[in-house]
Amino acid sequence: MDLRRANLRAAGHISGTRYVPFERQHPKRRIAESRTMTQTLLQTDGLTVRFGGHVAVDAVSCSFHAGELTAIVGPNGAGKTTYFNLISGQIPASAGRVTLMGEDISRLGVADRCRRGLGRAFQLTNLFPSLSVLENIRLVIQSRQHKGFGLFSMADSHTELTVAAMAILERVRLDNQKDLLVSELSHGDQRKLEVALMIGLDPMVYMFDEPTAGMSVDEAPVILDLIAEIKADRERTVLLVEHKMDVIRTLADRIIVLHNGALAADGDPETVMASDVVQEAYMGKELDHV
Amino acid sequence: MLTKFLSGDQPRSRALTAILLMILICLAGAPLLFDGVRPLDTAARICIFIVLVASYDLLLGYAGIVSFAHTMFFGLGAYGVALASTYMGRGFDALIVGSVAGALAAVVLALMIGLFSLRVRAIFFAMITLAVASAVAVLVSQFSGLTGGEDGLTYKIPRVLTSANRMGEFLGTRISGKILNYYLIFFASLALFLLLLRIVNSPFGRVLQAIRENDFRAEAIGYRVVWYRTAATCLSAATAALAGSLFAIWLRYVGPDTTLSFEIMLDILLMVVIGGMGTMYGAVIGATLFIMAQTYLQNLMGVASEATHNLPLLPHLLEPDRWLMWLGILFILSVYFFPTGIVGRLRERGKA
Repeated sequence: MDLRRANLRAAGHISGTRYVPFERQHPKRRIAESRTMTQTLLQTDGLTVRFGGHVAVDAVSCSFHAGELTAIVGPNGAGKTTYFNLISGQIPASAGRVTLMGEDISRLGVADRCRRGLGRAFQLTNLFPSLSVLENIRLVIQSRQHKGFGLFSMADSHTELTVAAMAILERVRLDNQKDLLVSELSHGDQRKLEVALMIGLDPMVYMFDEPTAGMSVDEAPVILDLIAEIKADRERTVLLVEHKMDVIRTLADRIIVLHNGALAADGDPETVMASDVVQEAYMGKELDHV
Repeated sequence: MLTKFLSGDQPRSRALTAILLMILICLAGAPLLFDGVRPLDTAARICIFIVLVASYDLLLGYAGIVSFAHTMFFGLGAYGVALASTYMGRGFDALIVGSVAGALAAVVLALMIGLFSLRVRAIFFAMITLAVASAVAVLVSQFSGLTGGEDGLTYKIPRVLTSANRMGEFLGTRISGKILNYYLIFFASLALFLLLLRIVNSPFGRVLQAIRENDFRAEAIGYRVVWYRTAATCLSAATAALAGSLFAIWLRYVGPDTTLSFEIMLDILLMVVIGGMGTMYGAVIGATLFIMAQTYLQNLMGVASEATHNLPLLPHLLEPDRWLMWLGILFILSVYFFPTGIVGRLRERGKA
C-alpha cells in the first residue's frame, strides 16, 4: 500500500522528469499544508440555492477538515448532488459562501475552483469517450501543470506527462487498457478511470458522488481501497455522497445528513446513525438501500 | 525527422499515405508537370484552399465549434493585401503589411466574437458569426470608395512575381515570375499546413479535443473552456486570413464574390466533411477533390456527353451545363458512403 502511494507521489521523479507536485506550484497550498491536521480546507456558509420557489439546498453551513472523510447521506432528492454542484461551481448559489483554504471561491467558475484544489468526480460517468484512457489521464495532469496552452510542442513529446499518467493507471490497474478508447471500457473500468482522473488532479478536496454506483461486488473494493488511500494521506479531505451503508461504515469519519436541502445531522458515524433524525428521515424511508 | 514535421500525426493508412504523396508531388511539380495557365491556377487554388479548409477543421473538427464567419476572415486577409497594394503601391512591403494587418484584424474580430458569444451555447456562436459575416460582406460592397464595392479591387503585385519576369528555361518549361509566385504560394501553404498540424497535435490541441468531447468535464478538470475556444477561433481566423492574403497575391484581384461570399463558406464546409473532420489530412483531400471537380467536371462531362451522343437521355443528363447537379450528387454519395470522411474511411479500413 505505502509503496504504491509513494510511487504516485514521486511519479514525477521517476527517471528524473520535470514533474512538479501541484502543492509546490501553489503558495497557498504550501501554507495550508504547514498547518495542523485539523485545518479546515473547505467551508460552506449558509449555502443556498433556489429553483423557482423550491429551495433545493437550504442554508447549509459546514466545515471539512484535512484528514477527514465525510459521508453525505440523505434520501433521494435531499440535495446531496446539488450541494456538490454548488461547491464545485456547476450551479451558481442563490446565497451563501464557499471558502476553500481561507479563500472565498463563491464567485469563481468551475475551472478556477478546480485549479485552486477542488476535485470533483461525477455520479454518472463523465469522461472523454473517444480519447484513449492514457490521454484522459494525461489531460488531467497537463491541466494540473498548466501546460494546456502549449501550442507549438508535440503533445507526445511531453514524456513527463505520460510517465505520471502511467503511474496512476498502474495504481488503478488500468495500465493494460491504456490505449483503449474510453468508450470501449466496461462500466466498472470507466468508474475506475473516473477515480484515476481525481488522483491525477491531486486536489486538496476530493468530492466523490457515489463512486461505486453500478459496479459489481468484486470491482467496488478497488475503488474503495483507492479512496481509503486518499484518506490516509492526512493532508486532504474527502467528501463522499454514498448510499451503501457498509461503505459508509468502513470509510467515514463523520456523517452529515441532508434532508429537504437542509443540514439535519452532523457528527461521528455511530451518533448520527443512532439519532432520531436519521432513523426518521433516512433509514425509515430508504431501508432498501441499506 | 519526418515525424517531427508531421508532429507525430502520421496518415496511419497506406492508401492515405499514397494519395497524400501523390497530391504533394503534383502540387510541388505543378509548373513542370502540367502545361498552360489553367492547371497552375488550379494547383494554386488547391494549395490555398487546403490551408483555408485545414484552418476551418481546427475549429470544427478539433474544437467542435461551428462558425459561419470563416470566409469573412479569408476576405479580411485578401482585402488586407489588396488595400495595402492599392494604397502603398506595388511592392513586397505592401504584401507583408497587408497580410499582417489582415491577420491582425481577423484575430481582433475573432476575439471579440469569441468573448461575446462563446460562453453561451454553441448555436448562438454560429448565429453571431453568420450575422457578423453578412454585415461585413454588406459593408465591403457598400464602401465602394475604399473597397471597390461589388467590382472589387485590381492592383499590382511586385513585378518579380508576374509573368512579365522571364527567367529563362528549365527542363523545357519557361520559368516566369508566375511560377515564382506559385512557389511562394506553395511553400507558404505547406508551412501553414504543417503549423496547423503541429497545433492540433500539441497539448493545446489535446485540450481542444477534450472540450469537443465533453466541455463540461474539461471545465471540471481545470481548463477554462471559453479561453480555449476563443484561442482556437483566433488561431483559425489568423490562418484563414493568411490564406486569403495568398489568394490575393495569386489572383491580383479581390471582390466580394471571390473572397466573402457565402458560397465559399458552403464549399469549405463540404470540403471538411468530405475529407474527414478532425483529421487535418481530410482538408488536403477534400480541397483537392472539390477544386478538381469544380474545375474539370464540366470538361469531363462535355467529353462524356460527346461520347454518348447516340444514346437516349444520357447526353442530356451529361450536358456540361448540368455539372452542378452532378457535383451535388457526388457530394450526397460521398457523405452517405463516407460518413467519417474519406480520411476516416481509409483509416478504418487500415485498422480492420
